[in-house]
Amino acid sequence: MIARLFKSREMLLALAIAILIAGVATRSAEFATPRNLTQAFNDSSILIILALAQMSVILTRSIDLSTAANLCFTGMAVAMLNKFYPELPMIIIILVALLWGLALGAFNGILVWKIGIPPIVVTLGTLTIYRGLTFVMSGGAWVNADKMSPAFIELQRQLILGIPVLSWIAILVIVVFAIFMRATKQGRNIYAVGVNPIAAVYVGINVGRTKFVAFCISGLFSGLAGYLWVSRYVIASVEVANGYELNVIASCVIGGISIAGGVGSVGGAVLGALFLSLIGLALPVINVSPFWQMAISGAAILIAIILNARSDKQKGRLILKKAQNP
Amino acid sequence: MSLQTRHIPDRLDKPLTSLLLSWEVLLLVVAVSVFIFNSFASPHFLDVWTLSDMTFNFTEKALLALPMALLIIAGEIDLSVAAIIAISSTLMGFAAQFGFQTPTLIFIGLAVGLACGAFNGALVTGLGLPSIVVTIGTLSLFRGLAFIILGDQVYKNYPTHFDYFGQGYVIWVISFELVLFLLMALAFGFLLHFTTFGRKLYFIGRNPVSTQFSGVNVKRIKFILFCLTGVMSGLVSIALTSRLGSTRPSIAQGYELEAITMVVLGGVAISGGAGTIPGVVLAALIMGLVTFGFGLLNVPGIVMSIFVGFLLIGVIALPLLWKRFLWVFKK
Repeated sequence: MIARLFKSREMLLALAIAILIAGVATRSAEFATPRNLTQAFNDSSILIILALAQMSVILTRSIDLSTAANLCFTGMAVAMLNKFYPELPMIIIILVALLWGLALGAFNGILVWKIGIPPIVVTLGTLTIYRGLTFVMSGGAWVNADKMSPAFIELQRQLILGIPVLSWIAILVIVVFAIFMRATKQGRNIYAVGVNPIAAVYVGINVGRTKFVAFCISGLFSGLAGYLWVSRYVIASVEVANGYELNVIASCVIGGISIAGGVGSVGGAVLGALFLSLIGLALPVINVSPFWQMAISGAAILIAIILNARSDKQKGRLILKKAQNP
Repeated sequence: MSLQTRHIPDRLDKPLTSLLLSWEVLLLVVAVSVFIFNSFASPHFLDVWTLSDMTFNFTEKALLALPMALLIIAGEIDLSVAAIIAISSTLMGFAAQFGFQTPTLIFIGLAVGLACGAFNGALVTGLGLPSIVVTIGTLSLFRGLAFIILGDQVYKNYPTHFDYFGQGYVIWVISFELVLFLLMALAFGFLLHFTTFGRKLYFIGRNPVSTQFSGVNVKRIKFILFCLTGVMSGLVSIALTSRLGSTRPSIAQGYELEAITMVVLGGVAISGGAGTIPGVVLAALIMGLVTFGFGLLNVPGIVMSIFVGFLLIGVIALPLLWKRFLWVFKK
């Protein structure tokens, strides 16, 4: 039981994160204080939300490359809405962000479901389309801090029980995903479609529709992340989160979510995202130039997939024991 | 017996109509119409120097698209091509600071490309990992190494003759890059369509397991393809560095997606097993013409990307919708 626990991906990652924190703490004890660690979780929140959104898509043997472009487009939409109607209540802003993201995700999903275009082609296309539309909508202009209302900026910074709202949102999203993936029919369908799409059809699951739902989930949470990103870094521009989709996919891969679909857990995705952003936060503390971050996360991805491949390796299975050993 | 009366046609029916409906002809029609549209859009378009400048819009990315087409036909993909350009350009710049001359720099560019390609190939074939994740990892690793070496600095002091590869003209308005692209297109076309190596790529893309059982060394061929993609990225790195005359770690960012767009637009099936080099060349030409035409109309580059995105989705969707329409019609 304990041996199995230590072999699991989540345990290994948690161990790696603990070693990382302990290692950095030897150089600077400040790093391991609870206050700094809650701050670190807060810094990882957006990546965690995006990694979970991406996970639902990857589990169905698809991929969503448009997630960062969706974030950028939705972020610009709510920032401009706030700029022109500063008196709109925040609940409306968040609803608009969710629905805007959902619509973009549904567009991806409908192309995959109804026309049958491979997901990588669809999202490669919509990646450039969404970022281009951001430019058209904003005219290439930025929305700066002085154009945003105080409520828009301050909402996610408010403390509840000493923890910022942004962290609470991430925790809420994690809980929702954990329940959705484990305990709902739709969540189980997502796994079933990824493990074996043909068998899924035979047990009555609509494979195309399940993929559509996964893309909608990805879009919905990318939209939420769009508002969170823009209000956190207090800028909306066409360049927001450029290339961030690779960090998101990297978090999933490090978290043990198989790109071949059907394998992966909510805990894995969360720990993968935490690991990746902790590396970024640790580098300045140990006096390493931030330029090292990209190469280190690349190496982390490669190590993670090599480990994945080794643990996935199937030893020959006996299907009919009696027939082979009479 | 009824079995003997079965009619087997000695050729596929209506070769002319199937040729006219082929993907390449469709692309040619699109290319010609964009060309005509462009010449109406701006009086300066039909100037030979304008047309010569236009080719710089696509030659470098198209050089990446050629080996990428082979890889995708064989069922793999390489997202790290632009990162390979970054690392080999950085190392060339590094060597140039120590006064190394053009031949050494070219050797370094190609050798670094080959080494990176071989690294990808070894991970994909040796360990049996999916190429899309491997190359997302190496994308980050290779460009990350360029950032470690160069940081926020820039390399500028390239030797005097080095600028020929990106800025030189072979004769009159024919640039060195264009000649390089045409020669490479011929070479890749020959490799894919007139050699057994090329035929094997289609088999591998269709069914790697049965190809393996037919006595083809699938892993070795895939490894060669990754090496080839690496060397071509090194070659593009030389041309691009020479044209820009400087190296930053963010060089060629996003080129991988444009190269893949060209490949898919050119009619190569993203799932492998189908596609032609003439299709990819025409797609590259269309992307170059469209980009340049929008440029003449003062449309910003990012708005063009919306068009390219819809083009990518549209060209895949239309045949699928057409097939479904015919199917409903026949029923």
